Amino acid sequence: MSDSRSAYWAANLRLLTMCLVIWFVVSFGFGILLAEPLNAIRLGGYGLGFWFAQQGSIYTFLVLIFFYAYRMNKLDKQFDVHED
Amino acid sequence: MDLQTMTYLVVGATFALYIGIAIWARASSTGEFYVAGKGVHPVANGMATAADWMSAASFISMAGLIAFKGYDASVYLMGWTGGYVLLALLLAPYLRKFGKFTVPEFIGERYYSQTARIVAVLCLIVASITYVIGQMKGVGVAFSRFLEVDFQTGVMVGMTIVFIYAVLGGMKGITYTQIAQYVVLIFAYTVPAIFISLNLTGNPLPQLGLGSTMADGTYVLDKLDLILKDLGFASYTGQKDSTLNMFLLTLSLMIGTAGLPHVIIRFFTVPKVADARTSAGWALVFIAILYTTAPAVGGMAFFNLTQTIQTGEVGSPTGNLVYDERPNWFKNWEKTGLLQFEDKNGDGRVQYYNDKNAEFAAKAEAWGWKGNEMVKVDRDIMVLANPEIAKLPNWVIALVAAGGLAAALSTAAGLLLAISSSISHDLLKGVFMKDISEKNELMAGRIAMAAAIGVAGYLGMNPPGFAAQVVALAFGLAASSIFPALMMGIFNKGVNRTGAVLGMLSGLLFTLIYIFWFKGWFFVPGTEMAPNKPANWFLGISPEAIGAVGALVNFVVAIVVSKITAPPPEHIQHLVEDIRVPKGAGAATDH
Repeated sequence: MSDSRSAYWAANLRLLTMCLVIWFVVSFGFGILLAEPLNAIRLGGYGLGFWFAQQGSIYTFLVLIFFYAYRMNKLDKQFDVHED
Repeated sequence: MDLQTMTYLVVGATFALYIGIAIWARASSTGEFYVAGKGVHPVANGMATAADWMSAASFISMAGLIAFKGYDASVYLMGWTGGYVLLALLLAPYLRKFGKFTVPEFIGERYYSQTARIVAVLCLIVASITYVIGQMKGVGVAFSRFLEVDFQTGVMVGMTIVFIYAVLGGMKGITYTQIAQYVVLIFAYTVPAIFISLNLTGNPLPQLGLGSTMADGTYVLDKLDLILKDLGFASYTGQKDSTLNMFLLTLSLMIGTAGLPHVIIRFFTVPKVADARTSAGWALVFIAILYTTAPAVGGMAFFNLTQTIQTGEVGSPTGNLVYDERPNWFKNWEKTGLLQFEDKNGDGRVQYYNDKNAEFAAKAEAWGWKGNEMVKVDRDIMVLANPEIAKLPNWVIALVAAGGLAAALSTAAGLLLAISSSISHDLLKGVFMKDISEKNELMAGRIAMAAAIGVAGYLGMNPPGFAAQVVALAFGLAASSIFPALMMGIFNKGVNRTGAVLGMLSGLLFTLIYIFWFKGWFFVPGTEMAPNKPANWFLGISPEAIGAVGALVNFVVAIVVSKITAPPPEHIQHLVEDIRVPKGAGAATDH
């Protein structure tokens, strides 16, 4: 693998790791493991943990996918590996 | 117009539309049969993927599970959406760059082995058939209510329609039909939800309605907690299942989503690698509309159900619904056998409460209650019964029937296509009969579809759980077998042929045997090795959640075996490096 390609892959892996950490925290973290204590905070009729489990995590997933796509398209251009 | 005529009219009209589109966009070549033309826009592709993906489990079953399990059912909401993050970030762009038609094709080539390809076909068939069983349960529920026949007959009618429908078109026909089906199903799901949310809370957005107050000033969710407590049940918003089980079930559903062939296949054929990244996002946009509405549908349906049965104060002699005065929807669902009442104390009234709660049961006995009289409330009827329970107009009820059928049919068709392509394309043309003609390949695919429908329909009559739970088993199987092989194929250059084959086999077998142990061999009732209850489960892990452990087994076996056997050849390492960059992606090709 050429240096520029390794750098591209490393940058991709960094971005991936960041996105997956957020993915894990909002669903498994806020929605399951920390749901009980978070429910003490109320969002209207929702306890915050319950809200993350049934609403919030889904909205976060959406933002994550489009954010990753946007950043990757920029990386593709930066490392000149984009399609024509 | 009466409800029956209206339902025939609406369901008939939507079917005419789907069949019209299928004929107009008929597949003429094998390429078009397996994958839609390259000209499908990412947004349109996202919409079709959403219809393909959201099955009877999402449409019919999920809100019912939420209604009866409350917070615990969040696992389905997070699991079936979070998988799209994995799909978009870890698989879709790379599989698109690879540019072939089927999942086994990628696995066969990346692991330079026909054995790997055959094992992948096996994994794919096991997961897909289990998935179709879940659809058949959903189709059976919808048809039994719609035609007012018993459940078994409903399944038979459903099998016939799925057969005609899936065999007729290929992927191209299915893609355009699925866009129409998405519109029907999302309309059918959200319209009653908006009505009910408006009625109960005055807020038209169900996502906000569930967090709002009702006319008496209490929050909907607080009221639900209270109602359940009054009837001796555990709270709605509290956790009942073990944390470990919830964690693993969510994980299984997520990685299963990213390992299901009929969804992955969609990303093989978008025009560019960049489109593969956003396509998954668009699919999730359309899925999220239904998934964020479902909690409100479940919660509010359960509220309305208890209000119908428990008309007055709990424990007062006139507080319960008089059986002879039961509403029409109650009578209609009794005909299907999915709702059953038994007047245990002979007072002519309906008592619905938790008779397993010893403390509460004692109190109930003092009121003259002799056990829960709603002896069967199949959770899968909740969404279909919901608009009737809420007394919505007939056209809304008819629309929901059409939506449920659209959801079940679109997914069944997509899955059957994945099964038929893996048999005709991967097994016959790829391995056993390399010189098979295009015409015979198509014919073999259609025969495989028919056989799959037969098996799934037969098992669907005695399903191993509610539609959403059967589907969860399918996800566990996909999670433990296909996802790890795909992910390591891209992210770990060191995994070789032997590692991948043994990994897939051990993950699949581990998960399958665990499921059969508690659900019966090949799901045949009566052949279970141990009763399916938490005390018997390994570390309290349910069969639905075991897929995550199976995936771990797969990863560990593959990596360890690869370390002690010869590394993959040079050209495979180059192949992996090549799929990691978007540059140079051509159109998807056959061979």
